[in-house]
Amino acid sequence: MPIKSYLAHPEEGQKETLIKALSKIDHCDVIPAENEELLIVVTDTENKTDDEKVKASIESIASLKLLAMVSGFNTPKNK
Amino acid sequence: MQHSLTSRRNFLKKMAAAAAMTAAASMFPGIIFASEQDANLPKGGNLDWKKGPCRFCGVGCGILVGVDQGKAVAVKGDPNCSVNKGLLCVKGYHQIMCTQAKDRLTHALVKKNGRYVQTPINEALDIVANKMKETIEKHGKDSVAMYTSGQSTIPEGYVASKFMKGAIGTNNLDCNARLCMASAVAGFLTTFGADEPMGCYEDIDHADYFITWGNNMAEMHPVLFSRMLEQKNRRGAKIIDFATRTTRSSTASNKSILFEPQTDLAVANAICYEIIKNGWVNKSFVENHVNFSKGLTNMGYGLEDKYKFKDKPTKIDFESYKKFLENYTPEKVAKYSKVSVKDIKYLAAIYGDPNKKVVSYWCMGMNQHTRGTWMNNLVYNIHLLTGKISQPGNGPFSLTGQPSACGTAREVGTFTHKLPKGVVMNEKHRRLAAKIWKVPYERIPSKPTYHATEMFRAVDRGDIKFIWTQVTNPLVSLPKTSRYRPGMEKESCFVVVSDVFPTPTSDVADVILPASWHIEKSGLYGNSERRTQHWNKMVEGPGETTPDAWMTIEVAKRMGYGDLFPYSEENHVEEIYKEYTQFHEGAKHGMAPLEVLKKESGAIWPYVDGKSTQWRFNAKYDPACSNDKDFHFYGKPDGKAIIWQRPYEPAPEIPDAEYPFWLNTGRVIEHWHTGSMTRRIPVLHKAMPAAYVEFHPDDAKNLGIRNGEKIKVSSRRGSCILPASINERGLPTRGQVFVPFFDENMLINDVTLDAFCPISKEPDYKKCAVKVEKA
Ligand code: SF4
Repeated sequence: MPIKSYLAHPEEGQKETLIKALSKIDHCDVIPAENEELLIVVTDTENKTDDEKVKASIESIASLKLLAMVSGFNTPKNK
Repeated sequence: MQHSLTSRRNFLKKMAAAAAMTAAASMFPGIIFASEQDANLPKGGNLDWKKGPCRFCGVGCGILVGVDQGKAVAVKGDPNCSVNKGLLCVKGYHQIMCTQAKDRLTHALVKKNGRYVQTPINEALDIVANKMKETIEKHGKDSVAMYTSGQSTIPEGYVASKFMKGAIGTNNLDCNARLCMASAVAGFLTTFGADEPMGCYEDIDHADYFITWGNNMAEMHPVLFSRMLEQKNRRGAKIIDFATRTTRSSTASNKSILFEPQTDLAVANAICYEIIKNGWVNKSFVENHVNFSKGLTNMGYGLEDKYKFKDKPTKIDFESYKKFLENYTPEKVAKYSKVSVKDIKYLAAIYGDPNKKVVSYWCMGMNQHTRGTWMNNLVYNIHLLTGKISQPGNGPFSLTGQPSACGTAREVGTFTHKLPKGVVMNEKHRRLAAKIWKVPYERIPSKPTYHATEMFRAVDRGDIKFIWTQVTNPLVSLPKTSRYRPGMEKESCFVVVSDVFPTPTSDVADVILPASWHIEKSGLYGNSERRTQHWNKMVEGPGETTPDAWMTIEVAKRMGYGDLFPYSEENHVEEIYKEYTQFHEGAKHGMAPLEVLKKESGAIWPYVDGKSTQWRFNAKYDPACSNDKDFHFYGKPDGKAIIWQRPYEPAPEIPDAEYPFWLNTGRVIEHWHTGSMTRRIPVLHKAMPAAYVEFHPDDAKNLGIRNGEKIKVSSRRGSCILPASINERGLPTRGQVFVPFFDENMLINDVTLDAFCPISKEPDYKKCAVKVEKA
C-alpha cells in the first residue's frame, strides 16, 4: 500500500488548470500552496502497479512542468 | 498506541504531506498551505480565530487558534505577525493537540501513605501554604524555594518574584532559564551593561552573511532559519555554520566549518587577531565607543557544592589586548581547534569587510559552556572591533530557547540575584521594588542565594526543605540528574509540582497542582527580539486546572500576604502587567501598554511614544541615546561597551583512555525540551518516538556498531541505554557522540556533568567524557 508525496510545479500561469486535472485522478489528493506556484500531491494506492499507473497519469498532464517525489516520510527520523 | 488500518493510512498520508510541506518550505520560505490547515476544520462551524504567541520556542511566532463551540480545533500562522508572516514549524501547527492527552492533570493530587489521592484544589493549596509556613517557622525563610521557568508567563514570573522576595523575604527563587540563557545575560551585562539583543529579526532582511555559532537553527529556530534561507535564495545572502556537529543547518548553509569542542574560545580570539593584523578595525568606532578590560582566569568549573566566584575586572589598553591576541594566531589555533588556517582567515575576512553586513547567531552551543560568559563576550568583541553592531543587518544576536526566557526570566527577573528592575545587590533597585510592591525595604535580602544547580544541591544536602516547581521538569532537564533525582526523593524536602502533565518531576512530588495550559489562561510572553506578546484566554481548561499565577496568589493569601496581592481572579493578568510595567518606565525599557498588545502581534521594547525600538544604542533608531554621538551604550556609566580579554581554557572533563568520547546533548525539531507536551502530540511522537545516540560512521565502524543496536553510554556519573543512530539526523565529529534529551525513558542527563560557567552559573550540557559499549 504505497503512500507517496510529491511537489508538483505547474507550467507558468497554469496552477489552477493543474489543480483541476489532478483532482480528477483517483487515489490522489492535492494541496495547493496559497502564495507560491507549487502544489503538494499525495497518492495512496493498493499496490505497486496502481501506484505506477497513478504516477503515469499525473505525469501526462500538460500543465505539469515538474513532479518531484519527496522521500523520507516513512523513516522514523525523517532524515 | 493502537491504531486501526484506516487511521494508520491517514496518519501516513498526513506524514507524507507534512514531509512535502517541509521540503516546500525549504525551497520557498514563507510558503502557506492554508487549505491543508483548514482541512480538519468542522464544516459549517462558526470558527473564531484568536491571536497569541506559539507555546513553544523563543522565536515567538504569532499563531491564530480556531475556536469552535468552546473548543480549540485548529492552529495557523498569523499572517499579520512580523516574526513568522503566517509560517509555523511542525511543532507550532500541532501544539493544541497535547491538551487532549488522556493523562492530563485535571485535579490536585496529594500523596497520602505513598499513594496520590485526588484532592479539591482549595484543600491542596491549603496544604501547600501550611507546609510552606510551617517550614519557614521551623527552619527560617531560606529553607523554602521556588523554581520556575522561561515558559512561565510574565504575570506568573512577576507574582513568584513578589511572593518570594517581597512577601517572604528570601532570594530562593531561580528558574530553568539558568540552564539556557544565563550566559547570554552575563555576556550582555559585562559587555554592554544592559541585557538582551540590540537588534531584531528584521536584521535577516538586511544581512549579507549569517554566521551561526554552535547553533542548529534549522531545527531549533526553524521559522527564522526559513527566513534566512529565503534571503539566501532571493538575494544571495550567505549562511556559514560553525559547529561541532553536522546538522540540517550545516547542509542547508553555504559553508560548514567544524571545530573541536571548547575551542570556539580560541577561534573567536583568532578572528580578532586577524581583524587587527589586517587593519580591519573600525578605528573611530572603537575610539568613541569601546573600553578594554580583562578579568580573572582559571576560575574553576563549579563542580564542588557551595562553589563561589566573583570576577575582578581590570581596565587594559588596546596595545595589551593586541599583545594578548598574539597567542591566538590562526596557525597556533588551527592546531588544537581543528579549524584550518584558511577557514579562520575566511571567517575573519567576512567580519573584517567593511562592505558586508554580518549577523552572528547563537543559542545553546555558546551559552551552555563552562566559559559561556566569555564566549558571549568574545563574539561581541568581533562586532565591536569592526563596528558592526546596532544597525540593520549588522549585529550579534543571542537567540533565546524558551518562549519567555526574555520576557519573564530576564525582564521580570526570576533569578536569585534579580529584581524586576536590576539586581538585589543594588540598594536603589531594592528600594524601587519595595516601593512598587509596598513592602518594607529591609525585607528584600541584598545577597543572592541559590542558582539552579546549587538549589538542587541544597535540596540534596537537606538545606532546602520545601520546593515548589512551576512549568518545568528539572528531573529530566538538570545536568547530573543521577544526583538530583535521589535528592528530590529524600524525606527532608517537601516537593510541590505544578504542571499540565505528569512528568518524572511530578513523580517525586508530595503535592501535584493541575496547571492551566497556555490558551486556557490569559498571559504575556517576551521573545528573543524584545517583543512582548499578549493573548486572551481562549478556552476553558479541564477539571480544576488553574493558572500558575493564580495558584501562587492563592498560596500567598493563605500565608497572610493578601494585602500584597489584591488582584481579581478574572483580571489578574492585566492588573499584574500594569503594576509590573512601572518598573520599566522610561526610554530605555518602556513596555507597550496592554491596549496596544491586545491589538497587535506584539511590540518591541523600548516602546517609546507609540513606537517599537528596533535597534538599540544607535541614535538613529533609539530615543534613549543621549550622548550626542552616533552610538550610545547607555547600559555602562560612561556610555562605552567593553572588549574583554578572555583566554581559551580547556573543558573540565575531556575524553581520556577510560572515557574516550565527547558527549554532546541537545534537541530535535519535533520535540519541545523534555517532551512532556510534544510526546503527547501523536504526529510528533510518531515522527520521533525515542531518543538515540548518534555516531560518526568511522567510530561506529571501528566499534562494530550497527544502526539501531542498543548502546550503553556511561560517564563517571551514570549511564543510559539508547539505540545507535548512524548517518541519520545529524553527524557528530569523530570522537563525539550526540544524544537528544527529550525522552524521559532514556535520561541522558543521568550521564551529563554539572559543571557550569563561574560567572553565569549556566551548566555545560555540550561537553563531558563518556564511554560507549554494546548493551
Ligand atoms: S519556530 Fe518556534 S515559535 Fe515558531 S512555530 Fe516553531 S516552535 Fe513555535
